[in-house]
Amino acid sequence: MKRLTSLLAALCAALLLPLTAGAGTIKIGAILAVTGPASFLGGPESRTLVMLAEELNAKGGINGNKVELIIKDSGANPEKAISFAKQLIEEEKVFAILGPSTSGETLKIKKICTQGKTILISCAAAELIVNPVSPYVFKTPQKDSHAAAKIFLTMRKQGIKKIAVLAGNTGFGKAGKAQLLKLAPQYGIEVVATEVYDKRATDLSAVVAKLMAHKEIQAVVNWSIVPAQAILAKNMRQAGWRVPLFQSHGFGNIKYVEAAGKAAEGIIFPAGRLLIADLLPDDHPQKPVLLGYKKAYEARYHEPVSTFGGHAYDAFKILCRAIGEVGPDREKVRAAIENMKGFVGTGGVFNFTPQDHNGLDIDSFAMLTVKDGKFVPYEQ
Amino acid sequence: MTLELCIQYLLAGITYGSIYAIVAIGFNIIYNTTGIINFAQGEFVMLGAMTAISLQNWLPLPLAVAGAVAVTMLVGALVEICFIRWLDRPSVLRMIIITIGVSILLREAALHIWGDGVYALPYFTGNEVSSISVLGATISPQILWVIGTCAVIVITLNLFFKLTPVGQEMRACAANRTAAILCGIDTRNMVTLSFMLAAGIGALAGCVVSPITSSQYDGGTGLAIKGFTVAVLGGLGNSAAAVFAGLLLGIIEAFSVSVMPLAFQDAIAIAILLVILFVRPYGLFGDREAARLQEF
Repeated sequence: MKRLTSLLAALCAALLLPLTAGAGTIKIGAILAVTGPASFLGGPESRTLVMLAEELNAKGGINGNKVELIIKDSGANPEKAISFAKQLIEEEKVFAILGPSTSGETLKIKKICTQGKTILISCAAAELIVNPVSPYVFKTPQKDSHAAAKIFLTMRKQGIKKIAVLAGNTGFGKAGKAQLLKLAPQYGIEVVATEVYDKRATDLSAVVAKLMAHKEIQAVVNWSIVPAQAILAKNMRQAGWRVPLFQSHGFGNIKYVEAAGKAAEGIIFPAGRLLIADLLPDDHPQKPVLLGYKKAYEARYHEPVSTFGGHAYDAFKILCRAIGEVGPDREKVRAAIENMKGFVGTGGVFNFTPQDHNGLDIDSFAMLTVKDGKFVPYEQ
Repeated sequence: MTLELCIQYLLAGITYGSIYAIVAIGFNIIYNTTGIINFAQGEFVMLGAMTAISLQNWLPLPLAVAGAVAVTMLVGALVEICFIRWLDRPSVLRMIIITIGVSILLREAALHIWGDGVYALPYFTGNEVSSISVLGATISPQILWVIGTCAVIVITLNLFFKLTPVGQEMRACAANRTAAILCGIDTRNMVTLSFMLAAGIGALAGCVVSPITSSQYDGGTGLAIKGFTVAVLGGLGNSAAAVFAGLLLGIIEAFSVSVMPLAFQDAIAIAILLVILFVRPYGLFGDREAARLQEF
């Protein structure tokens, strides 16, 4: 009897082994700022990934291979992102890493992933992530140079010539500020004053007072992803300063509008079309993708979608499509992403090349504004 | 610099300064009765604001604020009863480590209850865009609420400590604990009361400032550092000095923006704290001799 049970146990173990350790699972790591100052980004991103992975596995995975998602919460801390990246590459031996949420973190782990020959599809925006290009590093959000160009085009039409630039002291803020300063002369716009604030800033009224003293300023551009986006809007309107306020694509979360309340009215910013999916014409190529994601996300989490969750959606879908095409071979998948054309995502239509690891053009942005507490297309 | 700009900076500075002063007074109340720095003071501020934001879903704003103050006072009492009261002759260092632990505990609890979102109470008067003109400068009406509340708290506290029997017992406890026990004062209850008072004041400060700064589960830490700086700057235990030091720090911070990049604003507070700790550890208004008699 004893021998029989041990035999059975051995048999069970032999049967179970391939199932648990099996060739049939693909480990995908994700480093996201689920908590902390960038939780507006990391929260929707991680929820999106969880939803997509469950959906995918329920359908049988990618060609029969289940996906195992390992999400690490970096709290937008670059040091944590570095240690998680090393952990995912060396210990977990993941197939690819999605995220991080912020540009600062992504730039810190770009080299680690390149050296570890692990595919990284970042959900952060800064141009430096894909320029200079690293063979293993991709990103799904639109380029900040395109966002800056889109803002300047809008300003030119309004006849705005002199502006002030504010930025948070994050990787995203610094990169955006650099792009704004670089591109402004090309559009005949002069940056009169620049200010950088701490990412945890809770009151900007003193800096608003300082900028207001420059009477020639016709508009303010703020570039950050932190709650200060809402605080700045409030402080400007409370100080009685009525010049137009432009924000970056970091403003694409309705929670910032709620936080700023009435002060958010009239803010102009570039963003992907996810926020105005309902208002798009029916023949728009992105409409089915956008509405599908929006409905699934909102039904499951009872909160409005944001473009940031969309970046994670694109990253996950691009990776899965590449794996589906060439199988779970890292080098082949890398090449497949690099040459992927016409992928319709939430951020736009992606056309990757070996030189362009973002794959989006300036038309992936639409200019939006806030009206009655909602995002609507900006019309001039 | 024009006069209007000066006034605008001054008002911004007074706003920050009032908040720092209220947090510092919270530090002082507990310091006076126990001799320890309660590093969870910033969390009381956060807790007050977050509770009011939740209560506000069911209650009108004034009741929500009152409720939040009551709840936070209860938490303050619980903290004291659970973590401080039963200690037998604790060392100052041990109690300080405990308060740091409590602050982490409260922060994590807030993260679980409210999540990581940023919330704000509605403006007490007007809304996000309303502004009023003061001597050529334009400010939000909420700033008057902040400054007014700070003034009321300071005056009420002074009256409480000077005129009411309980206030006098607390002062006796602060002056000489052994003598207070000999006079029949239950010093343990006085310590609990001081935690409740500090928590309540912190919560009220959190509520009035929430519309301006927004509230988040980890918003207390920064305030605690500023409040501590102010308490040390004025001289630990001296509430009137804390008000002066708070306004001073707030105004320095606000004016610093005109000459230095904004990102250095917080560095100024830390720099002042370091200078004070090196040069005048007993504070601007403190007494060198009295400081020597303290336990640390």
